[in-house]
Amino acid sequence: MGCDNILSDTFIKIRDLHFSRGNREIFSGVSLDIPAGKITAIMGPSGTGKTTLLRMLGGQLQPSQGTVEVEGLDIASLNRKHLYKARRRMGMLFQSGALLTDLSVFENIAFPIREHYQFRESMIRDLVLLKLELVGLRGAHALMPAELSGGMQRRVSLARAIILDPVLMMYDEPFTGLDPVTLGTIVTLIKELNQSLGITSVLVSHDIHETFSIADYVCILSEGKVMAAGSPQELMESDSEFVQQFVQGKPDGPMPFHFPAESLSNDLLSSDFKAGQHLS
Amino acid sequence: MVSSRKTEITVGAFVLMALLAFIYLALNVSNLTGLSADKGYHVSASFDNIGGLSKRAKVTLSGVAVGRVTDIRYDKETFRAKVTMRINSDVNYLPTDTQASIYTSGLLGEQYISLEPGAEDDVLTESSQLDITQSAVVLEELIGQFMTNMATKKD
Amino acid sequence: MSAVINLLQVIGVFVINTVASFGRASIFLSQIILGFKDVILRPSLLIKELYSVGVLSLLIIVFSATFVGMVLSLLGYVTLVDFGAESSLGVLVALSLIRELGPVLSALLFSGRAGSALTAEIGLMKATEQLASMEMMAVDPIRRIIAPRFFAGLISLPLLTMLFMAIGIYSGYLVGSVWLGVDEGSFWSQMQSKVDFQGDVINGMIKSAVFGFVVTWIALYQGYNAYPTSEGVSRATTNSVVYSALAVLGLDFLLTALMFM
Repeated sequence: MGCDNILSDTFIKIRDLHFSRGNREIFSGVSLDIPAGKITAIMGPSGTGKTTLLRMLGGQLQPSQGTVEVEGLDIASLNRKHLYKARRRMGMLFQSGALLTDLSVFENIAFPIREHYQFRESMIRDLVLLKLELVGLRGAHALMPAELSGGMQRRVSLARAIILDPVLMMYDEPFTGLDPVTLGTIVTLIKELNQSLGITSVLVSHDIHETFSIADYVCILSEGKVMAAGSPQELMESDSEFVQQFVQGKPDGPMPFHFPAESLSNDLLSSDFKAGQHLS
Repeated sequence: MVSSRKTEITVGAFVLMALLAFIYLALNVSNLTGLSADKGYHVSASFDNIGGLSKRAKVTLSGVAVGRVTDIRYDKETFRAKVTMRINSDVNYLPTDTQASIYTSGLLGEQYISLEPGAEDDVLTESSQLDITQSAVVLEELIGQFMTNMATKKD
Repeated sequence: MSAVINLLQVIGVFVINTVASFGRASIFLSQIILGFKDVILRPSLLIKELYSVGVLSLLIIVFSATFVGMVLSLLGYVTLVDFGAESSLGVLVALSLIRELGPVLSALLFSGRAGSALTAEIGLMKATEQLASMEMMAVDPIRRIIAPRFFAGLISLPLLTMLFMAIGIYSGYLVGSVWLGVDEGSFWSQMQSKVDFQGDVINGMIKSAVFGFVVTWIALYQGYNAYPTSEGVSRATTNSVVYSALAVLGLDFLLTALMFM
């Protein structure tokens, strides 16, 4: 099972992915196809490893079993040189923005160009200002990241992610913690980038409304497996109890509200319970 | 953020200051010049006992430092200590019968060699040998002698 | 019986963890050294770090050196004057500073001033995903961020130590000769005759280079492996200073035994 669709070429192919952190198993056999030139959303409750999946696409984490192929390249098997070459074709928008705090907005966006190419200063200026114009922050080019609001930081970060014209864009929780206006801007930007430049986009989120409004395909992960996949329309109409719970945001259902624990009466009556003791 | 030009200048000044400090250490504190410029000539002298004389000890002429001890070894032919010293090349007028004595500067100070010029016309050159020497005074021997003298006087 | 087995397990876990972290730190170091080429090709990165690691540590080094030299001279005088040996004051001040106090105190101050700053900076860059975002921009953070800081630390500490020694000796001279009245000539001449350039000054600098290597390595490793939370960064910073101090003092004994025996 997976987001394997009838149409368009597959850009990312994930097969039988296993990964665990400590004793906790995060993925137990995820298989998934992500089509080229579309917006694919990976959704799921918090802690299901959505961000971990993005890290694996970028080769920052290695699966313990299974393969992740991007454009036909098995990311985990690449050596350092080829991995860095593959990464030049990827852009990633981090949840926190992840701007370099000791550089100005302009220098942050120019950073990837300066690191990889020996361009003339005037050319770098043009490229940077064009991308800043795109995210509507050309006037803020001289500010330092600390002087920007969270939403502005994320827009600068987006401009930086697309400066090298990637073929794959990954968005890690792009909608979290934004005011409605910024949220609208980000949603529009993601859609525009996908449509006008044909960038394959992978979006990780748990905001149903915004995600369903722009995603071409949605894939819901839970408990280390792909629980459901399809277009937003298909998922809305799905008769699976799980999908309905997730899409409509019901507090309890197949997806448990409680973190796994002893029964409440056991914890309350037992003398072994120690507050604040870590399970790890 | 500091402009890159200002950073470069400060870093340059920092490195320069540190190098000056190093030159100061080399020349003023450890007297590197005396060590590396190994000019002068070497003479040796044999002593019955050198006491606490060490390498790099001063060699003086009427209290004026004119050289340094460069080597101390035990000569198994003569059963005496052989001390080699380097004398500055401008001190080229020492007679061959110059006497070498080991003295102590102050009660607890370092030991050094004092040279007393003789009367010969020939002068010391490279690898000359000083024949007249006076060993270091060892405090225990001195006390020992003093005690024996006291004992003999009593008899 | 089970207590013994538990104890064995605790020891086993400790040994395994220690060996594993040494292994990780060594791999980390080898990656840094591979980044040497990038540092040479882009000296501007190195200069920027020399500024924040070296120049910004100057104040504390100069200040401490002045007072350490003065105190050393004062205490030395009080002791030596009882034996009428105050002419050896210069030797005492210079040898203590060059062989021992200069390298060790500079390294301890350096780990407190620059080492902790490096750990906190790298740890925060990790916590705020700056390092991860660099990786995704196909820029290796070890070569771009860690390596210049490592070589800056390696260069800075010996330079700071030279200044520490020189300033300490000069302030010792000011207290000893100018204030307490030890004869200026014997202060310097005794010092010059007893301090050996190769045996003392060069060995002191070798000590300092070893300390610079170890302190910077520990600081960067702790930052790079910090748990990416505020608590994790704070613990890494503490560890960085504590481990650096222990490593400096332990290595100092080892090096002293090798050099001055």
